[in-house]
Amino acid sequence: MSLDNLTYYFREAFSSLHRNFWLSWASIGVIIISLLILGSSALVVINARCLADQIESSVEISVFAEEDISESELDELGDKLKLVNGVDSVEFVSSSEALEKLKESFGEKKEALDGLEERNTLPDSYQVKTVDTSLVSGVAENIEQMQGVEKVRYGHGVVEKLMKMTSWARMAGVVLVLLMSIAAVFLIATTIRMSIFSRQYEIEIMKYLGATNFFIRVPFFLEGMILGTAGGLVSVALLFLGYHGLVDKVNSAFSFLQLVGGGQLINYIFVGLVLLGAIIGAVGSSIPVKRFLKV
Amino acid sequence: MIQMYNVSKIFDNGVKAVNDVTLHIPKGDFLFLVGPSGAGKSTLSKLIFREELATRGKVLFNKKNVARYKGKEVPLLRRNIGMVFQDFRLLPKKNVFDNVGFTLQVTGKGRREIKKSVPAVLKMVGLENKSEMFPKQLSGGEQQRACIARAIVNRPPLIIADEPTGNLDPVTSRDIMSLLLDINRRGTTVIVATHAWDIVNSMRQRVVALSAGQVVRDEEKGAYDRCR
Repeated sequence: MSLDNLTYYFREAFSSLHRNFWLSWASIGVIIISLLILGSSALVVINARCLADQIESSVEISVFAEEDISESELDELGDKLKLVNGVDSVEFVSSSEALEKLKESFGEKKEALDGLEERNTLPDSYQVKTVDTSLVSGVAENIEQMQGVEKVRYGHGVVEKLMKMTSWARMAGVVLVLLMSIAAVFLIATTIRMSIFSRQYEIEIMKYLGATNFFIRVPFFLEGMILGTAGGLVSVALLFLGYHGLVDKVNSAFSFLQLVGGGQLINYIFVGLVLLGAIIGAVGSSIPVKRFLKV
Repeated sequence: MIQMYNVSKIFDNGVKAVNDVTLHIPKGDFLFLVGPSGAGKSTLSKLIFREELATRGKVLFNKKNVARYKGKEVPLLRRNIGMVFQDFRLLPKKNVFDNVGFTLQVTGKGRREIKKSVPAVLKMVGLENKSEMFPKQLSGGEQQRACIARAIVNRPPLIIADEPTGNLDPVTSRDIMSLLLDINRRGTTVIVATHAWDIVNSMRQRVVALSAGQVVRDEEKGAYDRCR
């Protein structure tokens, strides 16, 4: 393929895009929307995964003692907890420390909790860490049987619930994106069909002059690819700006909720979206090119 | 160059456009294809050009059966045949130079070759001063010259002209015919399907007369009609 040919292909593709200006924009718009949905749901899934990992690795057992327990009995309970099989560490958290922790997790919004010091209803507790997260439920059961223990709480089910939610988000995202992609493919197909029709006369002459199918088809194919890639690039730009804005806000506001700020995976998503746009464009243009450019 | 053996073309609607035609066209021939409308002149051209395939019989171009050209090879066959149309079929948004260069462009030739070949051909057909003009700005005769230039710019061994003077006045028609004859004298085989009996009669070239899809007459130095 010579440089002259390549110039010809691109010039023809862009002049067609210009000729079908509004239809081109409509196709790009639909691609942008569908890729935005896909990108957002991918980001939601990634963040949920990350959150689940965080929760899983920091599962602690909160052990609450009976209310009428004496100070010495409380200390004794702490010592006993250390002896339970599978326990790694035991830490005493007084009710005022618990409030302090809660405030910390609210980050910048911690003023919301001001004034609670006088009416602090948070109980004293022991925070028990296990040697391994898989031991959590077993250890928690054992502790619950111990004398002086009122209640045991740990993140049982939270991780599972989170995963269930993300699988829903993922399913909904996939279905929505599939529908939108089909719409985008058909809109591109329409755009390309229009530009084939508007150049029917020229195509006929090209066939008489001995142009190959390939030569006639490439500009239309390129036109679809340009539409798809442009849609991909715009959606990635929007997603990038929107997501990073969100990350900045959320990460500074809530210390307990940290969004994935960047990294390889996020970059893969962005590159993938642009590629998917190009693929949608290629598929969309190959339908009418095959159907209407028979020689 | 072209051999047709017992060629028939029956269209899907049952119309028998060409009926058992056997015809030999040697290299360097100048041939008028005459006959009333519907006699099968255009279909015969299309069979050579492989726009249509023969229902029966064989059409050979340079000893190869045109039916044997498969999809991708068809354009290569067509690059050997320059087509000249009654309605010129120039692209309105391209000037004369680009219309003529279009043949080279669509067959993948580079800009350098286009810049070299097109002016020479334009000079040959007498349009060297009109290369920047658009088809609308040209007379009918000039448009036909541009169409001929486009057909010969890649030096095909065969030119097929389908009613090339159908839209032109008698004087211009003669000019166009003598241009085609001139091209023939440089070695190109030329087939002209035409109704222009006066020109056919005055030029005294080979005449193949068709009627109802059959060859009814094939004469060296013939005339349009024996009665005239």
